Amino acid sequence: MILVALIAVPLLFGLIGWAFGSRRPLVSRWLALAGNIINLFLAALLWLVYFGLPSSMQMQPAATPWLSLVKWPWIQSLGISFSLGLDGLSLIMVALTAFLGIMSVLASWTGIRERVGFFHLNLSLVLAGVNGVFLALDLFLFAFFWELMLVPMYFLIDIWGHENRHRAAVKFFLFTQIGGLLMLVAIIGLAVVHGMASGSLSFDYRDLLGTTLSPVMGMLLMLGFFAAFAVKLPMFPLHTWLPDAHTEAPTAGSVILAGLLLKTGGYGFIRFVIPLFPAASREFAPIAIALALAGILYGGFMAFGQSDMKRLVAYTSVSHLGFVLLGIYTFNSIALSGAVLQMVSHGISTGALFILVGFLQDRIHTRDLNRMGGLWRQAPRMGAAAMVLAMALVGLPGLVNFVSEFLVMLGTYRVSVVVAVLAGVGLVIAMVYALRMIQLAFHGSPKEKWVFHDLSALETGVLYVMIALLVVLGLFPQPILRVVDQVVAGVLATVGGGA
Amino acid sequence: MIMQDILVLLPMLVVAAVSLLVLLAAAFARRHGLAAGMTLVGFIVALASLGLAWTAAPREVAGLLSFDRFVIFGMGLVLAASVFVTASSWAYLRGHDEARGEYYFLLLLASLGSMVLTAASAFATFFLGLELLSVSLYTLIAWRRERGAGAEAGIKYLVLAGATSAFLLFGMALLYAASGSMEISRIALGSAGGKGAADGILAVVGLGMILVAIGFKLAVVPFHLWTPDIYDGSPAPVAGYIATISKGAVAVLLVRLFIPLGADSFVAPGGTGSAFPWVFTIIAGLSMFIGNLLALRENNVKRILAYSSIAHLGYLLVAFVAGGTLAVRAVSFYLVAYFATTLSAFAVIAALSTPEKEADMIDDYVGLASRSPWLAGVFTASLLSLAGLPLTAGFVGKFIILSAGAGAQLWTLIIILAVNGTISIFYYLKIVSAMYRGREGSAAAVDLAPRQPFLTGIALAILTLIVVALGVYPSPMLSLIGLFTGQ
Repeated sequence: MILVALIAVPLLFGLIGWAFGSRRPLVSRWLALAGNIINLFLAALLWLVYFGLPSSMQMQPAATPWLSLVKWPWIQSLGISFSLGLDGLSLIMVALTAFLGIMSVLASWTGIRERVGFFHLNLSLVLAGVNGVFLALDLFLFAFFWELMLVPMYFLIDIWGHENRHRAAVKFFLFTQIGGLLMLVAIIGLAVVHGMASGSLSFDYRDLLGTTLSPVMGMLLMLGFFAAFAVKLPMFPLHTWLPDAHTEAPTAGSVILAGLLLKTGGYGFIRFVIPLFPAASREFAPIAIALALAGILYGGFMAFGQSDMKRLVAYTSVSHLGFVLLGIYTFNSIALSGAVLQMVSHGISTGALFILVGFLQDRIHTRDLNRMGGLWRQAPRMGAAAMVLAMALVGLPGLVNFVSEFLVMLGTYRVSVVVAVLAGVGLVIAMVYALRMIQLAFHGSPKEKWVFHDLSALETGVLYVMIALLVVLGLFPQPILRVVDQVVAGVLATVGGGA
Repeated sequence: MIMQDILVLLPMLVVAAVSLLVLLAAAFARRHGLAAGMTLVGFIVALASLGLAWTAAPREVAGLLSFDRFVIFGMGLVLAASVFVTASSWAYLRGHDEARGEYYFLLLLASLGSMVLTAASAFATFFLGLELLSVSLYTLIAWRRERGAGAEAGIKYLVLAGATSAFLLFGMALLYAASGSMEISRIALGSAGGKGAADGILAVVGLGMILVAIGFKLAVVPFHLWTPDIYDGSPAPVAGYIATISKGAVAVLLVRLFIPLGADSFVAPGGTGSAFPWVFTIIAGLSMFIGNLLALRENNVKRILAYSSIAHLGYLLVAFVAGGTLAVRAVSFYLVAYFATTLSAFAVIAALSTPEKEADMIDDYVGLASRSPWLAGVFTASLLSLAGLPLTAGFVGKFIILSAGAGAQLWTLIIILAVNGTISIFYYLKIVSAMYRGREGSAAAVDLAPRQPFLTGIALAILTLIVVALGVYPSPMLSLIGLFTGQ
């Protein structure tokens, strides 16, 4: 039931808030916030129940990887049920969703003034959809949530975005939709193949695991899933929607896009592509690794060349999510743990960066780095936050980004030295673009005479909480890694990967 | 035995009787509400009488009409859709001065033709139903004579439908010459190359000509050219009628002809019993691509919906090509979903139109969400359903069609469908985006948001409820359809 609540609570609070929206915008803000706080509380509760306090080191091995399950009949004649399941991976992602949900509501507290109720309805709907994606155990249900989160996200960009929002919103939708539909076809194909072999149609993940597929069929179906997740992640040649969407979206939209929607891609690889199609995944791994490397390097170079601060941050996502793809397809437990941790650390750090850029844009109404300069003197609190977050982009030790990237590199090194070295070049580029960003925006002499306030108490709180979390997880990654390791072992068992 | 015949014919008899009553009433009291009310009640009574017809089915009447469960399903679809068209016509025609009784008379007649068409079992009734439908539509399309586009559309439809009838008749004559029988089932047998049923070139040519007529009614490529002009020129409720009932009746007939109802399995053994599955494959693929691509550059909402309906019939044909029981279910479910969705879209257009101005340009919809949020919500739901997004009937419909296609291993068609599903998003979103945009910088001179009568509100609410309910919990509808399509 808690799993259903995780989806229903934001939905319900969003709808109630919408009803109040036109007359009392503050109510819808508080309701959206409350919904996310409840979800964070529920996630923490699940964590305590299943994994105990972070201090207790021993953990009893569970008989089934699923910690909590819900299964209700839905469309029986087609073998579809409303079935949700939670394992360590889902739990981490759900907790991240609730945390970033709180932050994005707070980050739009003063920035969003038009149609406040509808804004928070859409925000809550995306979060509900994302939670659904992380919890769905029925493949039809998964596809359902997968496409469901698109529409409110489209509205967020299209209504509250910046100058070129209409174009960016449509581009985002089209890219994701073609991937989603190919995945839907692959899901149906898989269910039909399984149905022909077993005699009954089922879309349940646990039934479909271990379906025997001919190599060609396996590869084709795998590519269908791959298309959806590669667009979302985004993988190198399919990333072109991302810079536009991230740049044009309102702050909360960018946070959710970068922090959560991209993670659904990584989650999909780990949950579906590898366990369902182990043989085809192994065969495809070299191509995926090559594309991951291309993404790491290309994203870094592009970020270096941007003068739009938000676009710069967007391209760093392409680079950092390349590490996730790399970690997944090396089939190495250390690298895979790193990939999962990278999803968390990227979610928090890039989310925080987008919030920071949003705050800055609210004040000076531009994102052009060439018009900034010397802002540190105006806003030291903002400058300090930006400095720490830039270091997170680089992967400075002490922040969780370091741990995750280090793990990915370490695991990759064991598989292929060349790949690890090339990925390491990506980190060098990261140093260059991160420092360039800080230098252009906050150091040097001011290009124009900006007069604005430093961060307010609320804004400082939002940013510094996120930074604190980066530091805490960077120093004590063990609580998360403990949960991750269990998932990683299960995934690698299906594909026969080494330690 | 006569009693049984009357029972199965009851729905048709009701509609025919009410049509005469409406015409008579119009001669004495020219009151809009009276005519609309009688029509509405007539359709609802006919719908209820389907229950009685159910008790007598399956039954063959005079070798002309056959009533099995699927026919009753088709008639139910036609009648239910007619109820909504009537409701939306009433709101639409309120402000107009023209004689209105005749409008409802023609509407009833067109529905009668559609019902005959769904039940046809002989060439004679096939032709009769088609003509009854077409002739009523000529006038309905040109109902608003003061708009140049209306008369033009009426003439266009008249010429093309007339030519189509000629094709149909000639095709029937050829099939009769080849097989010596006037039974409609000869069409399917002829196509399957059944021994002694039909032979040689005559049968093939005859069948081809009949397919031209069917293709014209369904408005699939390459018989689609009339669609945008006719939709554009017709009154919005009539355009909705053409998009749903006129196509649905023919689709039901097509399914009856080519897909034998049989064992319940989700994997079709050999596809449609037709010798020409490739013909339908090509028509389906072309309809999807051409419909969606032509819609991309269009700024007229009615024309967009016209092109979208071409594409949707292409989707429907994918399930049709797949064959098998799941395909019948898929076609049935898709028809229900498509009917509800399309009717609500046209009902919104009808509700927004005033006697002075038809609400057909995208610019007319800019800022609708702030002017009348409920109408915008309804239109959004139906557009998203047409686009096949979750929580709406369109998503489940698309899913079932894809399943039927996958069961028959039609991978090419399925991929084409997926690609087209994406292309179509673009133009549906264009309308949605316009509705939620602010008013600033828009060229539209008038704010179209007339006060809506209660009846329209109810009709729109029910349609939207159906669209969402089918998308959230389709099981009851699937069981219902199973009841109508099972053995």
